[in-house]
Amino acid sequence: MQNVKFSEEKLKEVGRIISFYPEGKQKSALLPVLHLAQQEFGGWLDVPVMDYVASLLNIAPIEVYEVATFYSMYNLKPVGKYMFEVCQTGPCMLNGSDDIIRYIGDKLGIKPGQTTSDGMFTLKTVECLGACGYAPMMQMGKHYREHLTREKVDAIIEECRRNAASHN
Amino acid sequence: MGRKLLLDKAHVENIRLYDVYRQHGGYRSVEKAIKTMSPDQVTEEVKKSGLRGRGGAGFPTGMKWSFLAKPEGVPRYLVVNADESEPGTFKDRYLMEFIPHLLIEGMITSSYALGSNRSYIYIRGEYAWIVDILEQAIAEAKNNGWLGKNILGSGFDCEIYVQRGAGAYICGEETALLESLEGKRGNPRIKPPFPAVKGLWDCPTVVNNVETIAAVVPIVNEGGDEYAKIGIGKSTGTKLISACGNIKKPGVYEIDMTISVEEFIYGDEYCGGIASGKRLKACIPGGSSVPILPANLLLKTAKGETRMMTYESLADGGFATGSMMGSGGFIVLDETQCVVRNTYTLARFYRHESCGQCSPCREGTGWMEKILLNIENGKGKMSDIDLLWDIQRKIEGNTICPLGDAAAWPVAAAIRHFRDEFEWHVQNPDECVRRNYGLMHYADPLKTATPA
Ligand SMILES: Cc1cc2nc3c(=O)[nH]c(=O)nc-3n(C[C@H](O)[C@H](O)[C@H](O)COP(=O)(O)O)c2cc1C
Ligand code: SF4
Ligand code: FES
Repeated sequence: MQNVKFSEEKLKEVGRIISFYPEGKQKSALLPVLHLAQQEFGGWLDVPVMDYVASLLNIAPIEVYEVATFYSMYNLKPVGKYMFEVCQTGPCMLNGSDDIIRYIGDKLGIKPGQTTSDGMFTLKTVECLGACGYAPMMQMGKHYREHLTREKVDAIIEECRRNAASHN
Repeated sequence: MGRKLLLDKAHVENIRLYDVYRQHGGYRSVEKAIKTMSPDQVTEEVKKSGLRGRGGAGFPTGMKWSFLAKPEGVPRYLVVNADESEPGTFKDRYLMEFIPHLLIEGMITSSYALGSNRSYIYIRGEYAWIVDILEQAIAEAKNNGWLGKNILGSGFDCEIYVQRGAGAYICGEETALLESLEGKRGNPRIKPPFPAVKGLWDCPTVVNNVETIAAVVPIVNEGGDEYAKIGIGKSTGTKLISACGNIKKPGVYEIDMTISVEEFIYGDEYCGGIASGKRLKACIPGGSSVPILPANLLLKTAKGETRMMTYESLADGGFATGSMMGSGGFIVLDETQCVVRNTYTLARFYRHESCGQCSPCREGTGWMEKILLNIENGKGKMSDIDLLWDIQRKIEGNTICPLGDAAAWPVAAAIRHFRDEFEWHVQNPDECVRRNYGLMHYADPLKTATPA
């Protein structure tokens, strides 16, 4: 984590986000800029990253820490290359999410909250993601995977392994 | 077939694109409002329509708008609540995903009525791909002169921006949302002052749900009186219902508020009945916060009248025998489901989502979760059931924001209507981990499901 600095392109994006708000209200850009930072700097928010965001928005680091620790989408620890965020709330439970969570855990040899030792997969249980009619479901990166079955989970894990192999 | 006002064109091919949306009559409401109506006249039509907020509380929208303070020289804001995190609710997502211009159009017309020159959509962080869809629609609207400076030569300026949240149900509560939009933790504010007086950056602000703002489009196009003709009594217009759980056809349905609950569950046009030919056990008709009802009280009120899909009828009987329309998240449980387990997952949800400012909510939600898990796992005591009842009562009404109530109500209703199922868990600690209690006396008295 030596070189914490956005590319020119990302700095432009930060500028675009800040322009959404009136003069002097650039702190409002904090949540979107943290998303951007998490995406750019390895999938989680290390302290130097948070300090960098504070300096970009001209606010105190503590204001960033407060926010980063409040919202569940910010990772304060390293996570795997692929994060399976499986919903476990009522409507998903009624459609078998407990079984899907157990199946993924068994298959990857990890418990919810853990990352595989090769750093490939993190399993996380989350609360209702607004896809209750398409349950069971999980979020993977920017998108949702819905109507999950054991077979679909197998295919998704395969797909991730293939993608990772082709990117190396 | 009921009337559809919001989703009637949602499945036209490429309706996401501006040109197609415009060809199908899009942006007429902006033209009509800006060219032929004063801002107050728009508000007047919304009042006449009887539209009630679709985010959960059902507060009359026209009245809310008329409360907006208008001090000289101070900006006013419209903020659209797209946080949609109440379990069972996924209607706003559907609307934004399939017909995003409807929201943008409704926002421009509403911004004109309210005098908001900068309007925001606060969207839950997980709906990341929908941000792209909305920003695309906003850019198209702007390129075609519906946003920006001096819209249609009227002198009215308006911009719309989208901000993503980052995973916190509490940010759906309007004052927590405003805190979050200001770049802070989502801690609800003490009211008063209300957002209408002191909202975003201390300026007068209206916060409305996605569906509420979308409904302004047909209201302005057809007139408030026409809109009010649909529905029954004070439940005017159409309502999006997101149906899920153990039904044949989960999904988002636009209903006009004239159909019965029974028709909604069993009708082929809607949920199509209970999945796998099982029988109906219970239902949470308006999102996870509202009281669960056993089948017999769901389909008929305690007075024996047919229960309708309206605000009034769903609430008939109060909390003793009724429930609420809430956010329209309709969760159905079939005969094999366990009410204790379902209630446990909801208690866990509220514990996870409590912002922690008030001790009854912070401590009470965690305590309820633990007790429910014990009962579910056959480790509960009879006295735990009374303890649960006691805790939920001490939370309700004793907190800064309504999340406390929202956490208390599902537990209260589960005990009120399904006490025997809780007791069975305590009395049969081994059996309850192997099988579920089943239907017992909650069976829908009207229907015996035909096996699929
Ligand atoms: C804990 C909590 C969560 C809420 N979540 C939402 C939500 O996700 N979307 C929403 O529109 N309203 C939500 N509300 C209601 C809002 O506070 C507010 O009443 C609503 O956005 C007003 O819009 P409406 O009048 O158009 O319904 C929530 C309220 C509470 C107490
Ligand atoms: S009731 Fe709960 S969520 Fe609402 S302010 Fe209090 S602690 Fe926070
Ligand atoms: S309960 Fe899982 S997406 Fe809503």
